[in-house]
Amino acid sequence: MTRMDDLKKRTVTAPDGEVFTVDPMKEYFCDKRPEVQEPAHPLLEKFFNWARSNSLWVLGWGTGCGSIELPPLTTPRFDMFRYGVQMRPTPRQAGVFIISGYLAVKTLKRVIRAYEQMQGPKYIIALGSCTINGGMYYDSFNTINRLDHYIPVDVYITGCMPRPEAILSGFVELKKRIRAGKAEGANDYAERFDWYKANQKKVIKGWDMPDYNW
Amino acid sequence: MELTLTSRILYSLLGLFIVFNYGLLQSGVMRKIVARVAGRYGIPVYQSYFDIIKNLAKRSQITHGIMFYLGPIFRLGGGIGLFLFMPMIFGSIYFKNFSFTGDIVLLMYFQFFGMLGMALGAGEAGHPNSTIGISRGLAQFTTVEISFTLAIIAIAIQYQTLSVYNIVAAQQGGILHWTLFQNPVATLAGMLSFLGIMRHAPFNVVMAPQEIPIGPPTEYHSTYLGMLQSNRAILHIVESALFMNLFFGGATNWIEFIVKTFFIYFTTVFVGVVFPRYRVDQSVAWFVKVPLVIGVLGVIYATYIN
Amino acid sequence: MNEILEKIKSKYEITDVLQKRDDLLFFSIGKKLLVDILNYLKELEGFTHLIMLSSVDWLEENKFQLTYILNHPVNKYDIAIRVDIDRDNPVMDSIHHLWIHAQTDQREIKELFGIDFPGSPGVNDDFVLEDWDDIPPMRRDFDTLKYATDNFFPREGRKSYDTKEYMKSKLYPDQG
Repeated sequence: MTRMDDLKKRTVTAPDGEVFTVDPMKEYFCDKRPEVQEPAHPLLEKFFNWARSNSLWVLGWGTGCGSIELPPLTTPRFDMFRYGVQMRPTPRQAGVFIISGYLAVKTLKRVIRAYEQMQGPKYIIALGSCTINGGMYYDSFNTINRLDHYIPVDVYITGCMPRPEAILSGFVELKKRIRAGKAEGANDYAERFDWYKANQKKVIKGWDMPDYNW
Repeated sequence: MELTLTSRILYSLLGLFIVFNYGLLQSGVMRKIVARVAGRYGIPVYQSYFDIIKNLAKRSQITHGIMFYLGPIFRLGGGIGLFLFMPMIFGSIYFKNFSFTGDIVLLMYFQFFGMLGMALGAGEAGHPNSTIGISRGLAQFTTVEISFTLAIIAIAIQYQTLSVYNIVAAQQGGILHWTLFQNPVATLAGMLSFLGIMRHAPFNVVMAPQEIPIGPPTEYHSTYLGMLQSNRAILHIVESALFMNLFFGGATNWIEFIVKTFFIYFTTVFVGVVFPRYRVDQSVAWFVKVPLVIGVLGVIYATYIN
Repeated sequence: MNEILEKIKSKYEITDVLQKRDDLLFFSIGKKLLVDILNYLKELEGFTHLIMLSSVDWLEENKFQLTYILNHPVNKYDIAIRVDIDRDNPVMDSIHHLWIHAQTDQREIKELFGIDFPGSPGVNDDFVLEDWDDIPPMRRDFDTLKYATDNFFPREGRKSYDTKEYMKSKLYPDQG
């Protein structure tokens, strides 16, 4: 398959005649395992969590049909900015990842890559019934059923589809969780890394990236 | 009375602290204004503090190499350097910082210094969007700089000095002594280039999150991003202060400083709210056509009245 | 548009003629004549646009049915041509030389139904699925529920209702 051939180690001749070897798996990715990041001193951590809960940066990526409920949040009617929720376009800067609705296996692969590029502490909001038990796509051959078997989920928002008000209430719920210090999804992912990875590899058949690519 | 070097450094740090906090609050206020124009309630004015604390409190961060690491430091160095060599309060021995004869050339260098450092750092990040952002940003800023330089040349000819402090001194003695009234053409050129320097809405295609995400800082996160945000807070105020000193008679106390810089910054926000965003080719063409021509006229005018 | 039908009838053996609407005509044709008739309709009769190419799995009759829908942009007239192919040997002639976008349709059908179109560019590439290793999923003997249950960790306690009965019992409880 052509896609896999691109990732193989090969020798390339540059335009000026120089010959060098390229190993995409080594040069484009890092396969270091994620590590558990210990929280700071409890008092300091409480202060940090308070700041984190007031500054939720959402990765602007809709993975399924539910993403159509996200743009209304920036409009005057719902206005998520007053809760300190802002959109960020890159996973590096974002702290909250909204999985909006059904997740196809093909998308799941990209979701995992994006999630692993985010910097901890990071939170996942799962939107809609499809992320909980598959919803109306529970018997489909290419959408997953339970999201929490692949990445750690902090807050579920039920509905098909949830209204923007429900998403706002989900943000408020996430804030409570962060302030209580319970939103340690990134550490959970690092602790049970092998279990998550095994589940991911079970559905993503042609695994053509390193196990961990930050 | 001359201050010792230690106390000058301490007073500069105090000024930096004031400018930093004022910058954070002011960006919050401006975003609130933009939100109100859009009919939204908007973020809290103190949101910038949360963002910076959160970014500094991120538990993990990665690096792509030495230049990636140094990029935000250069950027912040550019912002602080701009602050250090700018007289903040006219007539105050405490807040004139380290300004000296000919400092305006250094200030213009510092304006570009941060961008170049950032370009090197973002280039090492290796993300294609960073590279696109850099090429757009530098292309736009180069044309902005031309009209800004012309405005400064006009002022330098008019006041026969290259020192910001002396330029402010020449404008004292009433509102009609301001460059705004002494050389309105150069002021217009300067203020139009100011829109580009602040990179607010019509000219913010480089950094706007909705465009090719998100320009040079695509790969920057955690403390790197915290530094960039701190720099932005300082830079906005210091740039406004530079224009206040050059065109609007400077400030003799902090209250006057805050009022003037607020309104100078507000002009960019006002323009940004009213006008939609330009593409880079459009904005480059606009800067070459309008402010550049006005800047040349300003230089001619300054030569004429001299 | 009877004259075009007469013309086709005089040239080709067609069966199951069905006038669905005034501007939509269905008929079936043998597998070997298909490329020929498409070529004829495109080059000589002005049916220059291939609207779509779809496939149906007739499991009980052990055949696949491909439907090519053509459009006459000037006369606003559609013709749908059905072709039956053997389910045990699902190979069909490619028509990418007539309409270049047909290769995308053919690639999709290759992936979802397993019908091969030899010579069509990129027909073996992935279309929507990545690295599929089961039988093509749109074939009717593929059990999607079993596949999902085996692979996707179904959550316990999920209930499914027959929609019609459930709505009836909720909306009109007194009607039994």
